[in-house]
Amino acid sequence: MLHGSDEVIAALFILAGSIIVFVSAIGIIRLPDVYTRSHAASKSSTLGVLSTLVGTLLYFLISEGYFSIRLIMGIFFVFLTAPVAAHLIARSAYRNGVPLTEKSIEDELKKYYFENELSKK
Amino acid sequence: MTFEIIMIVSLCLLTLSILANIYRVVKGPSSADRIQALDAIGINLIASIAVFSVLLHTHAFFDLILLIGILSFVGTVAFARFTERGMVIKQKDEG
Repeated sequence: MLHGSDEVIAALFILAGSIIVFVSAIGIIRLPDVYTRSHAASKSSTLGVLSTLVGTLLYFLISEGYFSIRLIMGIFFVFLTAPVAAHLIARSAYRNGVPLTEKSIEDELKKYYFENELSKK
Repeated sequence: MTFEIIMIVSLCLLTLSILANIYRVVKGPSSADRIQALDAIGINLIASIAVFSVLLHTHAFFDLILLIGILSFVGTVAFARFTERGMVIKQKDEG
């Protein structure tokens, strides 16, 4: 039985975050190549985890009055590092020559990359 | 009672998404797919630990959230640099 507003708010945030993470996992299975999968793995997954952590913070803040600075640091760190990691992975994939999917119609980086990056090597 | 059921449902959803990421780690055609799925597994573990600490009413696991976040980021950066250049830390002499 739900007792008060604290559990309702926390349960709402945590359930929403879990559903978003699950949807992003479906995207990781079904999307065709590494560049499109990067969207599912970085953006929506980060949103789901941030929602879950905010729900946890609100639960302990309202029910026990315990404000966890470590949880705030975790939220800040995940929010800061997830886009950086996704960018590094996509860059290493492109430089290794991982192909785009056949459905994609244009590769705007290709001309610049072959003129500037490869001539330096 | 309803609150515990919601927490367990959330844990089940997070477990299913970790299994989906493990499928991508095993099957992924290139190594970038595998690194990406491992990074997503780390992020899903953070969410699972948060839900688990709410379910158990304890603060003890909050250090673990920060630790897994930092270690997952460092591992992802090291793997990405290794597959991109063949080395993790550049030596000074090679210019």
